[in-house]
Amino acid sequence: MNIGDTAAHFELPATDGTNHGLDGKPAAVVFTCNHCPYALAWHDRVLAVARDYGGRARVLLVNPNDAERYPRDSADAMRERVEADGGWPAPYLRDESQDVARSFGAKTTPDVFVLDAEGRLAYRGAPDSDHEDPSLDAAWLRGALDAVLAGATPDPAETDPVGCSVKWRQ
Amino acid sequence: MWWEGCPSTERAHELLRDALAGEGLDPDSVELVEIETEDDAQRERFVGSPTIRIGGVEVAPEPGEPVGLNCRVYRLQDGRTSPTPDPQDIRDAIREATT
Repeated sequence: MNIGDTAAHFELPATDGTNHGLDGKPAAVVFTCNHCPYALAWHDRVLAVARDYGGRARVLLVNPNDAERYPRDSADAMRERVEADGGWPAPYLRDESQDVARSFGAKTTPDVFVLDAEGRLAYRGAPDSDHEDPSLDAAWLRGALDAVLAGATPDPAETDPVGCSVKWRQ
Repeated sequence: MWWEGCPSTERAHELLRDALAGEGLDPDSVELVEIETEDDAQRERFVGSPTIRIGGVEVAPEPGEPVGLNCRVYRLQDGRTSPTPDPQDIRDAIREATT
């Protein structure tokens, strides 16, 4: 997807069995996983965004990795992780077919896509500039959501996603 | 040892070179080995990228980790997770190998 492109409709199952997709609100679709150290390093920051923007925007966490080769990313492993944390403030969705990741053009975990209420891509990239610095607080992601909520253009609108490559089926 | 699916190789290389220099050793003595296939990973008992071995001994070993083309998750000494080992763990491994 390029900035300004409209996301294709999707619905994916969460760890609790409910289905989720875009619902007419601004949204952050974050491709992530269970085993990548970069995804883990940014995880708390992304969940904090989900808590802070709840009601105004949706955060959808999507795990697209091939669970046959990477069993730590299976639906069962995802559910166990969420349950071990006592629940997450955002649904953790399984993209078993990898169709959603492919349609977005996700490259890494994490890879962040912020969409406006019409589903148009406003920001794509990393949550912030340094996975090792929690004080950055997912500033790029927050800035993009703030901009979309204000009807403005995020600055930056695009950064390089940083993380482990999406594990595509072979 | 590194795999192209993880972007942490350069940082790990820097950490290792800095640690070697800090111990008075030659930072250019590092051998970089690319792990390209699952067969390579099996043969080398590679549990993820980056993996650092000093004198054949692994820095911050994680017994039970599955062998394969993975990105490795290290636990830093302050408890955080990281794509690269704690610099102190690298220094400790160097000292262990050289004494």
